[in-house]
Amino acid sequence: MCADELVPEAVAAPGGSPAGGSHAPPFAVPVAGREPITLETFGGQPVVLAFLADWNPSRTTDELCGAARAELRGLGAVLLVASEESLWCFRPDDELELVASMATGGGPGLLALRRRYGVHAATSSALFVIDEAEIVCFAHPPGTEPAREPTFAALVQALGLAGQALCARSAPSDGQPEQPGARPVGSSSAPPRRQGAGWQPSRRDVVVGSLVAALSVAFGLGGSPARALPAPEAGAPPPGGPASNEPPEVPIAWRLNDRDHTLSVDPRASVLDVLRERMALTGTKNGCDHGQCGACTVLIDGQRVLSCLTLAVMADGAKLTTIEGLARGDRLHPMQEAFVVEDGLQCGYCTPGQIMSAIGLLREGRARTDPEVREQMSGNLCRCGAYPNIVAAIQAARRRGGAAQP
Amino acid sequence: MPVRSFHYVRPSSETEALAAAAEPDSAFLAGGTTLVDLMRLEVATPARLVDLRHLPLDRIEDGPAGLRVGARVTNAALAHHPAVVRGWPALSQALLSGASPQLRNMATLGGNLLQRTRCPYFRDVGSPCNKRQPGAGCGALDGYTRMHAILGGSERCIAVHPSDMCVALVALEAVVHTRGPDGERSIPLGELHTLPGEHPEIENVLGRGELITHLTLPKSALATLSTYVKVRDRASYAFAITSVAAALQTAGGRVQAARIAFGGVATKPWRSAEAERALIGQPAALETYRQAAVAALAEARPRRDNAFKVELAQRTLVRALVTLEARS
Repeated sequence: MCADELVPEAVAAPGGSPAGGSHAPPFAVPVAGREPITLETFGGQPVVLAFLADWNPSRTTDELCGAARAELRGLGAVLLVASEESLWCFRPDDELELVASMATGGGPGLLALRRRYGVHAATSSALFVIDEAEIVCFAHPPGTEPAREPTFAALVQALGLAGQALCARSAPSDGQPEQPGARPVGSSSAPPRRQGAGWQPSRRDVVVGSLVAALSVAFGLGGSPARALPAPEAGAPPPGGPASNEPPEVPIAWRLNDRDHTLSVDPRASVLDVLRERMALTGTKNGCDHGQCGACTVLIDGQRVLSCLTLAVMADGAKLTTIEGLARGDRLHPMQEAFVVEDGLQCGYCTPGQIMSAIGLLREGRARTDPEVREQMSGNLCRCGAYPNIVAAIQAARRRGGAAQP
Repeated sequence: MPVRSFHYVRPSSETEALAAAAEPDSAFLAGGTTLVDLMRLEVATPARLVDLRHLPLDRIEDGPAGLRVGARVTNAALAHHPAVVRGWPALSQALLSGASPQLRNMATLGGNLLQRTRCPYFRDVGSPCNKRQPGAGCGALDGYTRMHAILGGSERCIAVHPSDMCVALVALEAVVHTRGPDGERSIPLGELHTLPGEHPEIENVLGRGELITHLTLPKSALATLSTYVKVRDRASYAFAITSVAAALQTAGGRVQAARIAFGGVATKPWRSAEAERALIGQPAALETYRQAAVAALAEARPRRDNAFKVELAQRTLVRALVTLEARS
């Protein structure tokens, strides 16, 4: 069965690209051994569909791909990248996946996808954002003027902009009682939004709005955004500092787990916030956000410190190590190994902080007896009470040696 | 994240830092362990943070007259410095009894001097607090007072100063050095912090934009004969219910010199001239120590839930003195 037969032709606009506000042309790209990829595959997550003439995964750095996944994670969105030869899928929680390629029989599906979206030439680039109701919220068809040619790097940058726009607003329906007229967050089959009095944006609305705004800014307003950013709640205080001007973000650079990064941060963001929300390094945990539990312990310039009380701007120029930076491929760090062997955990929530703190403790070189280890680990709480085995693990690692280096 | 945003500046010299901090609503940022915590609670809402990272204030210098400690020296570095362990053991012990290893790696001398109270009514913006909002009332006075002050309080505020380091420093007669818009000055530690009185919102004598640059500690034989005893609910990682920094020098079975300070019981680090007077010249014996303890707490004003602190503080002092006697 060919791809065209999976989807009625009548819905597609022959020749041209879908305009903003129209229903997204359905597509079905067959995948070997699995259900075809359609918009429904992504379960209501917003989809950025990018046709990029320059996309070549073998020449795109790990760094850039990692950045894309981190931004998508923050947004809760999916990125489909179609090149001349293939279709790739970036999902926030998964590895980058080659969905279909010409070489493996994906030809008809890929061609149908291009035809439906009006991106006929393999050398053309185009961008679309499709929301959970399968409406095209943003369309940047090939040859749009004035325009900035979409490239993968520029797209990742724009995703970053969207992420920042998202952080600058808190979605009213996150964790708050349902407002009358609001759509429940996370519903995938919801009635169309009603704009007007009493309309409260859901988190998905805000995400899509941020994406649309960011892509419009990044690639010129050749597209036709069908949905603007939701207006702030009436009566809500304006964001930002004393003169209602949002203070500028601060550029910082750090060396994290042996890789250099530069980023622009809100001065309020803690190292913990940035690690988890911007860099998708969720190994470091937030237990209390007030420096009382130690779950957020990381190494900064070789010293164990609390990332929840360290503003990201304070770590500019520093060398950081998190739990993700310990193992070498499949080879666990000696402290990690000791925690496994000695069963130094139960639920595991405090464990990354325990391990980082324990490495810091060994670097300090002052603990030898069990009471000394207990005293010098007293900044790391464990609600499960795994303390005896934690002490045993640290002592085992200390005696075996090699655990004091991150 | 705190709701209120702020401007962040990172000056590269003291002069720049002072200029930045002269703006209204500015705060110096060092380790951040007090400031970031309070900003997240919205108790502290500065419009501008002046990060002191690039200022050369992180040296410890050991000279013939004593120790000079830069304001950005971390608690950990200070506690473990060999000169401190030898020359001012009470200071090292006090620092190591406070907070956690991670916090000690971050917190600085200047920040520790200026840390704010742990009073839960102060830390909760929904509770009345004269320190946060003059005239709003004091939630503690009629509230839960187990951790509050029995010395130095007023009808406006009974919040305890939580620092261990300050108790040792006031007993050891440290001097704080500052630089401000009006120039440089030196402030004996006992005069740095103020009593709440009618104005609990004022906690120290520093002016706006006045920067603590360093601390000096005089060297003496008495200082080497010092100790810190801390009593708390847990074996580690908890604030003091009562604590004592004591230095004791004896000769021929009599007390020749003494320095006594209390923590956990007062609204500022509490140097006890009463205890010292009751000790000097007296036989170095248990009965003397007990009388000194009674004298030290004679003016104590217990509240509903902290009356136990009076006797506990007395016993803590006796324990500290007995420990020192055994050592010498």
